Amino acid sequence: MTLQRLAVPGAILAGIIALALAPYGLKNYGISILGLWAVTTIAAIGLNLTLGYAGQVSLAQGAFVGIGAYATAILMAKGVPFGATLLLSGLLCFAIGWLLGYPALRVQHHYLAFVTLAFATLAFLVFRNEQWLTGGIYGISGIRRPVILGWNTAPERAYFHFCLIMLVLVSGFVWWIVRSPWGRAFLALRENPVRAASLGVDTRRYTLMAFAIGAGIGGVAGALYAPLVTYIDPVPFALSFSLNLLLMVIVGGGGYFFGPFVGAMIAVLLPEWLRFAQGLYLVAYAAAVMVLLVFWPSGIMGILDRLLRPADPNQGAAR
Amino acid sequence: MTAVLEVSNLSKHYGGIAAVDGVTFEVFEGEILGIIGPNGSGKSTLFNCILGQASPSAGEVKLDGKPVTGMRPCDLNRHGVGRTFQMLQVFPALSVRENLILAGQEHQGTAVGRLFGRADAGLSATVERMIEFFRLTPVADLRAGGLSFGQQKLLDCAMAFMAGPRLVLLDEPAGGVNPTMLGSLGERLRALNAEHRATFVVIEHNMEFVMSLCTRILVLAEGKIIAEGPPEQVRRDPKVIEAYLGN
Ligand SMILES: Nc1ncnc2c1ncn2[C@@H]1O[C@H](COP(=O)(O)OP(=O)(O)O)[C@@H](O)[C@H]1O
Ligand SMILES: [Mg+2]
Repeated sequence: MTLQRLAVPGAILAGIIALALAPYGLKNYGISILGLWAVTTIAAIGLNLTLGYAGQVSLAQGAFVGIGAYATAILMAKGVPFGATLLLSGLLCFAIGWLLGYPALRVQHHYLAFVTLAFATLAFLVFRNEQWLTGGIYGISGIRRPVILGWNTAPERAYFHFCLIMLVLVSGFVWWIVRSPWGRAFLALRENPVRAASLGVDTRRYTLMAFAIGAGIGGVAGALYAPLVTYIDPVPFALSFSLNLLLMVIVGGGGYFFGPFVGAMIAVLLPEWLRFAQGLYLVAYAAAVMVLLVFWPSGIMGILDRLLRPADPNQGAAR
Repeated sequence: MTAVLEVSNLSKHYGGIAAVDGVTFEVFEGEILGIIGPNGSGKSTLFNCILGQASPSAGEVKLDGKPVTGMRPCDLNRHGVGRTFQMLQVFPALSVRENLILAGQEHQGTAVGRLFGRADAGLSATVERMIEFFRLTPVADLRAGGLSFGQQKLLDCAMAFMAGPRLVLLDEPAGGVNPTMLGSLGERLRALNAEHRATFVVIEHNMEFVMSLCTRILVLAEGKIIAEGPPEQVRRDPKVIEAYLGN
């Protein structure tokens, strides 16, 4: 019993230690890819809250990462310290996400997908066309990595460690939310909003919150992304990024806590390892996604969940 | 006797059909009011209009003398009105315990307090009592979806009572429940009514069940109230017999 209870925290701790040690065996390029995975995972964790837990489709998560990245780059260029830009990027996206939640109160499913898609397109156009603010297609370069409490994160390894710490913090924050009564209310919103409302669940507020918190986390991911790559332009924040994040959440397993970690690993790390296969990799990925979604719509974590406890179908869904 | 709920001239039209057609009645504190009527006579629609699930085409609903017409279902619930739906509506992926916590948690403290407070929203003791009261102890940790239909019905009812409501509207609680389970459901509802002075409105198809449970009965046909009174009187009413035989 005690051993079983220690298994999950033990595995998580081992995972964190392995990740922290990983850069010591990698070249700079490898480390930056690992950093990209950490940042992408944070963005996917945010979307998992909105989509996986609360059931609200969003095709705008990539736009929030973009807004966070641009806000941080612009503010840092004006001399605002990174700690403040990180917070402001998160808050800005929280506020915009809250507003984007309003359409969700009126439309659902694919209609909601289109509304959020329109927003993502709009954000991309602002990044590209508002040259006075965003530098247009030339973007913003020379983004400096911060010194945090005397710790210079400029070296590749240090910045990765900083991203890893942020990943742990964001994960802890979201873990807290999903195990709290809010998590239960999000799940009720996803599973049966009408019944949920009859039990006093303010579905309007939780819908807006699901969008706002998910977007805010996307903004934090963006704030971390800008100094990671040190140069941003509109291209990475095109609609395809939002679609990619959506895929990561679904392939990893929507509504499963570790789904985004797995999904981001497949989307960010696998292509690097399978570089030699280039075009073929994409074909294989697309085919695998189709097969997965047709046969196991609950994603990879859903498969693992079933494999790990096939014997007791009556256990509560401890996701 | 004070009226907990007052419904006046309530109507609901779907296209050309008047599903509910000028219905007026009161529910008094502590009573168990039954609503019967043939299939499609507008009983569920009446509930949905009272409870903010559907917006009435005309009429007014008052709770404790205050108008609540068109109030959102979640706000009505927070004002102490619980309900069940005609179709079973538990959360199958959650355990029985989790279902009950969910059913009570939004009544505990503030939203921010719930985010930073305990995962069970401080409801564990209440949940245990409810589980015992509805005889769900052996299945308390199972997924609700794995329970028998009757047990799920019991859970569905238990959820409606979790927040200690003053008024509960039950839409066909006995529908599809086997006779043994039915007996215990009726007995539990009577106990709740007696011990907590909770007021009920019960839509029911099972005549025996409704006649034995309710103190007063309304009969609905084609969206209108055609009879009202104590069970024995309603049972003998020729208009009621005609409405049922006519269908
Ligand atoms: N959402 C709806 N749209 C159109 N017609 C409806 C709707 N809900 C109910 N009705 C109609 O209203 C009438 C009453 O239905 P209902 O209230 O479910 O009856 P009961 O619960 O007494 O069986 C029926 O004729 C039904 O077809
Ligand atoms: Mg009905």
